[in-house]
Amino acid sequence: MATPTLPIDSRTAAQSGSSAPAIVFDNVSIAFEENVVLNGVSFHLPRGETKALFGIAGSGKSTILKLALGLLPPDSGRILLLGEEVTRMSEQELFELRRRVGIVFQESALFDSLKVRENVAFRLMEEGISEEEIERRVREALRFVELEQTVDMFPSELSGGMRRRVAIARAIITHPEVLLYDSPTGGLDPVTSNTIVELIMKQRDVYKTSALLVTHRLQDAFTMATHQFDKDTNQMISLPKGQLCDVSMSFLILRDAKVIFDGDAHQLTTSRDPYIREYIS
Amino acid sequence: MALELELISPIDVAKDIAQAVQEYTLLATQSLANLFRRPRYMGDMLQQADLIGVGSLPIVVLTGLAIGALLALNSANTLQRFGGITLIGQLVSLGMVTELGPLITGLMVAGRNASGMASELGSMIVTEQIDAMRALGTDPSKKLVTPRVGATSFMLFFLTIIADLLGLSGGWAVAHLLFGLDSRQYWTSSWQILVFRDVFTGLVKPVLFGFIISTVGCYYGMSTRGGTQGVGRSTTQAVVASSVLILVVDFFVTKLIFAVLGYR
Repeated sequence: MATPTLPIDSRTAAQSGSSAPAIVFDNVSIAFEENVVLNGVSFHLPRGETKALFGIAGSGKSTILKLALGLLPPDSGRILLLGEEVTRMSEQELFELRRRVGIVFQESALFDSLKVRENVAFRLMEEGISEEEIERRVREALRFVELEQTVDMFPSELSGGMRRRVAIARAIITHPEVLLYDSPTGGLDPVTSNTIVELIMKQRDVYKTSALLVTHRLQDAFTMATHQFDKDTNQMISLPKGQLCDVSMSFLILRDAKVIFDGDAHQLTTSRDPYIREYIS
Repeated sequence: MALELELISPIDVAKDIAQAVQEYTLLATQSLANLFRRPRYMGDMLQQADLIGVGSLPIVVLTGLAIGALLALNSANTLQRFGGITLIGQLVSLGMVTELGPLITGLMVAGRNASGMASELGSMIVTEQIDAMRALGTDPSKKLVTPRVGATSFMLFFLTIIADLLGLSGGWAVAHLLFGLDSRQYWTSSWQILVFRDVFTGLVKPVLFGFIISTVGCYYGMSTRGGTQGVGRSTTQAVVASSVLILVVDFFVTKLIFAVLGYR
């Protein structure tokens, strides 16, 4: 399916010139009361790559996204986001850094008292950009997720899939260097899920945005690993078998508060770990 | 099924209380400090002023009128017995301006707005909207708390003046229509009895009460845990805590002003 285009911004990650990983987790641990959610978790997300996070419910996938943004402080360990140590920054300093990152929450987390236009434009309005510029960019972002007609609607008037797409539009409107997706296809029908996977793929392949993708749906991540977004035809195309390593896609699996796998699609499918084999079967 | 009672350690309770006081103090201090920091959300403050001030007007008008009329009605019989019915204006005026006007307006606005703030912010917490706001690089304390604190303190000041005037009008209606007191006599005695200390007391209190209502409402909203049930709990707690705090602060502020400016 073809998706509308979004002009490539000069601030995209690939063009930012920095070679430091987008995200680094170094021996990070966090517990909620007695429940240890992450225990010495370490990984890094290179620039321009999308990493899919897997694990059973409650394994700490969403917690990783919140930790990366500094919305939660870890009990121990270091977290670096775009080269800056999140774990040492004050909340005021974090507000600045977070403006370079976009996040799509599990339940969309749209502001229910604001219309779609104001939700998508929220960050631009905070930056004091002119009304005309905001209107243009809101329309552009909504066109990207094919929801331009919803601009004057409230979130409560939209379906779950539409809300998720509006949340994606809100996340990408400032062309962030890193995108964090928390179960963007969870609970959606296959057609809508496919549309969202295609949007995420487009961000990866056209705009080279680094991303962490939390998902329960293995097929979504495999679609992303076996397809590439074609700018010319404006739709995703299947890659020949030998070219699978050409896409910037990796997988990370969490189990018992630890990382048990961090690698690409080929390494995942050839893994001999019985748990991983059962997980992907 | 056997009923198991969980014993709570007094130390844990004390720690929880200390933490709650610390978090409330931090939120209240930040809300004031934000008034002097950029960005300032004047649009949000005006919107809140409209919601809190104009929205509370009907309830304040009704209670102001009723309290003034009741004050006059209840005291008129006793005053008449001692031939002092002409003092009714003084009694209503002093009662309304120094005490009942600010207190009743504060309690009414607490019931209406502390609950509103706690439920609104609480819902935003449980639906991750506050996290989304932080993730979008906006400080919820500046965007949500400070406009509510500023607007409530500002609007409660004027709502109290309206309640005072309507209370006096209610008192006049009873004194004039039921007890035949001359209107001029009522209004002149009401006006002349007031001194600087009375007006000062009556105008300082609503600002403090507005601060209490908004900070307590926002605190309970922002510390909501446990889904929709938690939102309901926060809403109730916000009304109870702000009402009790208003009564306690009212006593000490009155005592302090008496001590500083002297007794009548």
